[in-house]
Amino acid sequence: MKTTITVNGEPRTLDLDPRTTLLDTLREHLKLTGSKKGCDHGQCGACTVLVNGVRINSCLSLAVMHDGDQVTTIEGIGTVEKLHPLQQAFLTEDAFQCGYCTPGQICSALGMLKEVAENWPSQETANLTGKITLTDDELRERMSGNICRCSAYPQIVAAIKSVAGELA
Amino acid sequence: MSSVIDWESTSNPVKENRAGNIGKAVDRYEGPLKVTGTAPYAYEVEPPSPPAYGVMVSAPIARGRITAVDTAAAEAAPGVMLVWTYMNAPAQGPRPERYDFFTPSPRPALESDRVYYFGQQVAVVVADTLENAQAAATLVKLSYQDDAAKAVTFHDHFDEGVQPPGESDVEIGDFEKAFAAAPVTVDDVWRTPLQNHCQMEPCATTAWWDGDQLTVHTSVQMVRFAQNSLAETLMLPHKSVRLLTRYVGGGFGGKGSFYEDLVLASLAARELGRPVKVAFTRQQMMHGTVHRPATDVRVRLGATPDGRLTAMSLMTTTHCDRRGNFTEHASNFARSLYAAPNRLTGHRLVRLDLPVASAMRAPGEASGTLSLEVAMDELAEKLGIDPVELRILNEPESDPETGKPFSIRQLVRCMREGAQLFGWDRRLPTPGQVRDGRWLVGMGMAAAIRGNFLLPAKASFTVDADGVITVKQGMTDIGTGTYTVLAQIAAETLGVPLGDVRVEIGDSELPPAPGSGGQFGAATAGSAALDAGMNLRKAIAEIAVNDPASPLSGGDAAQVTFQDGVIAIANRSERLSELIRRNRPDGLTADGEVRPAADASKWSSHTYGAHYVEVGVDTITGEVRTRRMLGVFAAGRILNWKTARSQLTGGMIWGVASALTEGNAVDPRYGSLINQDLASYLVPVQADIGELDAIMLDEVDDKANPMGIKGVGELGISGAGAAVANAIYNACGVRVRDYPITPDKLLAALTAI
Repeated sequence: MKTTITVNGEPRTLDLDPRTTLLDTLREHLKLTGSKKGCDHGQCGACTVLVNGVRINSCLSLAVMHDGDQVTTIEGIGTVEKLHPLQQAFLTEDAFQCGYCTPGQICSALGMLKEVAENWPSQETANLTGKITLTDDELRERMSGNICRCSAYPQIVAAIKSVAGELA
Repeated sequence: MSSVIDWESTSNPVKENRAGNIGKAVDRYEGPLKVTGTAPYAYEVEPPSPPAYGVMVSAPIARGRITAVDTAAAEAAPGVMLVWTYMNAPAQGPRPERYDFFTPSPRPALESDRVYYFGQQVAVVVADTLENAQAAATLVKLSYQDDAAKAVTFHDHFDEGVQPPGESDVEIGDFEKAFAAAPVTVDDVWRTPLQNHCQMEPCATTAWWDGDQLTVHTSVQMVRFAQNSLAETLMLPHKSVRLLTRYVGGGFGGKGSFYEDLVLASLAARELGRPVKVAFTRQQMMHGTVHRPATDVRVRLGATPDGRLTAMSLMTTTHCDRRGNFTEHASNFARSLYAAPNRLTGHRLVRLDLPVASAMRAPGEASGTLSLEVAMDELAEKLGIDPVELRILNEPESDPETGKPFSIRQLVRCMREGAQLFGWDRRLPTPGQVRDGRWLVGMGMAAAIRGNFLLPAKASFTVDADGVITVKQGMTDIGTGTYTVLAQIAAETLGVPLGDVRVEIGDSELPPAPGSGGQFGAATAGSAALDAGMNLRKAIAEIAVNDPASPLSGGDAAQVTFQDGVIAIANRSERLSELIRRNRPDGLTADGEVRPAADASKWSSHTYGAHYVEVGVDTITGEVRTRRMLGVFAAGRILNWKTARSQLTGGMIWGVASALTEGNAVDPRYGSLINQDLASYLVPVQADIGELDAIMLDEVDDKANPMGIKGVGELGISGAGAAVANAIYNACGVRVRDYPITPDKLLAALTAI
């Protein structure tokens, strides 16, 4: 099936088996292997990408459902030569060990910060109509869809907090 | 043969740390690649031509035989290139009757009609695309004869436990007599469940052939072991296989060995004459790799009314698979922890029709501390003594079983500093006294101990004409920080900026190192690296003093200093790069190695720590939340404050999870594990973990190795879960000795109070 997806700003037209997930499209067809396959069932968050600015588990979505969508993967966020401030913060705070969940954590955190800025409530939100403050509990709740088996959780909180103000 | 005496008495650049690279909070060497998603893990390496995709099929019975094979539909499915079962899989080297995880040996895949455990790989389908392979794998039809008549739950076979091969119980004094005579006693059994590693990266391999030469990129902790074993499986000379594992998405012991992905990708790539990729699914990881086996640990403590232990026993019963050779040594750590004149420790092993048991982060200590360190809390309460003070009262002066001196032991300092920093004096000894709304709040502590090991390893250092040092070693970095600490050791040893160091690891063509495991990685790989660095220094110095064009010409080679990329004797100096450019434009290489010291066994060598935790117990739901946690550790000289701290906090979080959420249950109907994914097997997530930190005491263990360092990868988990269990008791007065302490168990006990 012919599908055109704009990935990291570049329109990509692919002729895909309709069973192909967005994750496998990125990894196997576009060689964008930064998005990781940790469970292939939407349970670990390692495959998190931004679709039209919103974070999703790309393993739970078929590529053909994204015709015309804007997809941002970790490769579109920063490069080794020019790290995004959040990537730099992950490096500085040592917010990863094996690194396999890291692209998903970073994409998820960027999506999460936008959700907070737009006052989307979470389970931790006391006031559903007011301005949301990114407390540690809010942050932990909102990042709980991204498993880090190395358990860099305190460092991930520190990294996101260190740039949350500047990115909001 | 090296000697501890030499290690202690010889100075070296790491010990001197003149440039300050050692101990520094250096960012991860490979970090920029990881945060940008450009570090290629095994399945992501781009092969020389487009790959085919392999998908494995797993057995749905615990023991029996495959009685019929029908692959016609799978073979006829679109894009399918190959379907293998035991009927048509290529010949491979024979599997030894018993095998361990350090001795290379063949591990044939699809070897016979026999099924030994639920989830064993019984077929593979290779197709042009992943989607076609996945679809065709569902069409493979296998019939089975199910022989697993006996229940496979561990506790149904508890009495069949036998002494593990080659082992015996260790008794000092007369334990039974002393225990019977003790005025104050604790006698209880703690149960730990089977656990899964759940590394974020499922096992995966990309393989291709160039003539008779095989290249595999895979995800393992031990390079040489996997490379040799794969070659023997394929009945090839070792040198015909090049195995690379440059980025490993978590290991924790579960990638100490390797699995069918490696063998089947290699065989299929040969058969098809094109690269093949094979990965485990998350569900296949639970049964098809290895797990930490369940344990029952009976702890008996006898003490005098003033708190002196007179008798101490830990007896562990555990299980492993039929063909394996693994014992979870949950009693061993107790042999070195507390003084008690009468002691008995040992293990019993039950062989079951279960998947393969093996090492998981801190094998032994992780399970065993969940019993003894709670028993000590129970004893402290019976005696009316503070748990910290009880432990200090029973602090041994030398190893309590062997009488050997400790290389260094700062357990008491860890406990005292932790108590002060955490505010332990605010703990109320009587449970149930602190309420916060619907929560009961309590504090708990536990000691941490984990052994220290050093294995033989090699390394090489090369300096090039730009003055850049390249470290080469067949070592792995499984998230532990190997790349980074090797770079730090190289920079410090050769006196070059960190930016002028390159690290190449994870390749079987590089000098061999045992790999990552048992928290021996940094000490083992690092000590070999230091030796290579020292040999390179000597070689450089010799060249300099013998080079008429060098300002150092005619000097004493032993006096050459290395700093900021400059070599010097007093005020005569030149850039290292200039010397190399003139004399060795193609670079200069030196090799190094480390071997365990002949006299190392004269000392009792461990890493130590103390955990302090505050938890809240929800009186309505039975939910437990860790509110804050602090670990204080003593683990020799710390190479990198940042990566070491991360290892320790990661381990502590594993300990919290072992107390509260983690465990898998056997489904006795199928011999399978109930939890087969990350939605049901509960590893911790961000919301489970509150404020948590680790502190490392200044320490040098000059008897451990030439650098005085030890490992931290497994220390953090040891004791951490026990501290949580003790805090739960302090909060609400309930002891749950059947881990994990889930809300259902806690609520039942709370309701009964």
